[in-house]
Amino acid sequence: MSKKYPLTMTVNDESVELSVTTHKTLLEVLREDMNLTGTKHGCELGECGVCTVLVNGKPVLSCLMLAPRAHNAEIKTIEGLAEGPILDQLQSAFCKYGAAQCGYCTPAMLLTAKALIERDTTPTVQHIQKELSGVLCRCTGYLSIINAVGSVCGLGDNCTDNLNA
Amino acid sequence: MLRCPPFTYHTPQTMSEAVRLLHQDDVRIVAGGTDLVPNLKRRHQQAKHLVSLHQIPELHTITETDSMVTIGALVTLAEIAAAPQMMRVVSMAARSIASSHIQNTGTLGGNLCLDTRCNYYNQSYQWRQSIDFCMKEQGDTCWVAPGSPRCWAVSSTDMAPALIALNATVTLVSQNNTETINLADMYRDDGMDYLTKQPSQIVTQVQIPKTQGQHSTYWKLRRRGSIDFPVLSIAAAASFDKNKHVTQARLVLGAVASYPILSTATSELIGHPLTPQTIEACINKAITNAKPMDNTDHTLGWRKQMTKHYIRGALNELETLATTVHP
Repeated sequence: MSKKYPLTMTVNDESVELSVTTHKTLLEVLREDMNLTGTKHGCELGECGVCTVLVNGKPVLSCLMLAPRAHNAEIKTIEGLAEGPILDQLQSAFCKYGAAQCGYCTPAMLLTAKALIERDTTPTVQHIQKELSGVLCRCTGYLSIINAVGSVCGLGDNCTDNLNA
Repeated sequence: MLRCPPFTYHTPQTMSEAVRLLHQDDVRIVAGGTDLVPNLKRRHQQAKHLVSLHQIPELHTITETDSMVTIGALVTLAEIAAAPQMMRVVSMAARSIASSHIQNTGTLGGNLCLDTRCNYYNQSYQWRQSIDFCMKEQGDTCWVAPGSPRCWAVSSTDMAPALIALNATVTLVSQNNTETINLADMYRDDGMDYLTKQPSQIVTQVQIPKTQGQHSTYWKLRRRGSIDFPVLSIAAAASFDKNKHVTQARLVLGAVASYPILSTATSELIGHPLTPQTIEACINKAITNAKPMDNTDHTLGWRKQMTKHYIRGALNELETLATTVHP
């Protein structure tokens, strides 16, 4: 019943060819067939956002994407964000602002923010908030995360100061 | 890890191939999968065959003529929200759905066919088993209204109220037939059998007529401003003459029944300017149709109260738009 099929994708700029079970999600393929465990599994039902990866540059929930949909797609996971030992500017900002507590949502926050600033280099703080609202942080460390993203977009050190509480 | 049950995945390249594939046992259509995949994982829905529509090019386009905007069923919610020619209520509804992540995958067709939702149904398999399955699944009882012979699961689509407010039509294609019906007629007041669309039919596109001098808006109630499904939504559209008198108006109530309710109460508005008096008359008539049950987030009494406030808010906004903005 459970057949395998060939799946070709580009993952973090490397072309991969796999043979995977038809009913797996992209999350399961990344974690189990490719050992890319930086992509987290949270609710697995599309409610928490921590499984976010970039598919053709757009943030997508990998727990809801059936793996065959990723055929011929370009995938970026958190493992592909830094260039070797050199952190992405968003990762450096997260370190500087203490924007990770338990760290479970951090890969999803970083990739969501990465897609946002590649599309719009000068977002408003409200825009950052809205984009990140699809990822839940149970440590509730949202202000540091938004400040870190804002700092990369030229919104200064504490862009959340101007938000109404 | 929560996993999907095994299935065979089909990727037809044409509509004729797709409709042929629907003649198999235990087959389901998948577009973005953001509603189907959780439902498969929690075993709400079963499938031995999934027919994915994403490789059919004509389902991915938005086209525009002088009189109409046509949106393909596989256009994503993000693409609808970003389309410059899109009517206001339609982009507002698309932008309100879940989060930007889900809008990047979720589609128009998927949202129109979204499974109805209920506090006694959208739970884990073990939870549902422990109280004995409700009638929407394998049981005999509706746990919201145990004496009721029917299922009261809630229509939770955002796109349907918005599009019905604009008098949109939907095209359904099956192996032997192509038909275009009013979108409102694709829904029925039954939480289980909530679509009049046959399983052999595929939603291919929605047509929205352009109307001169029209303003529209979408109001959605939910606990969080992101991710949550609506527990109440109001889609309203109205056209005005030079004197700001209403010439046409449509009001749709979402998430307060098993189908999107197209209200007849807008007859109170026609021929008059939108004033507090005409708006109150419309509200009092419209809420008689809304029969929310205690099966979503938030308390029932509060949701009923909010229905009045949201209709008032939406109609007041149309009045403001009519006096300040050229459509």
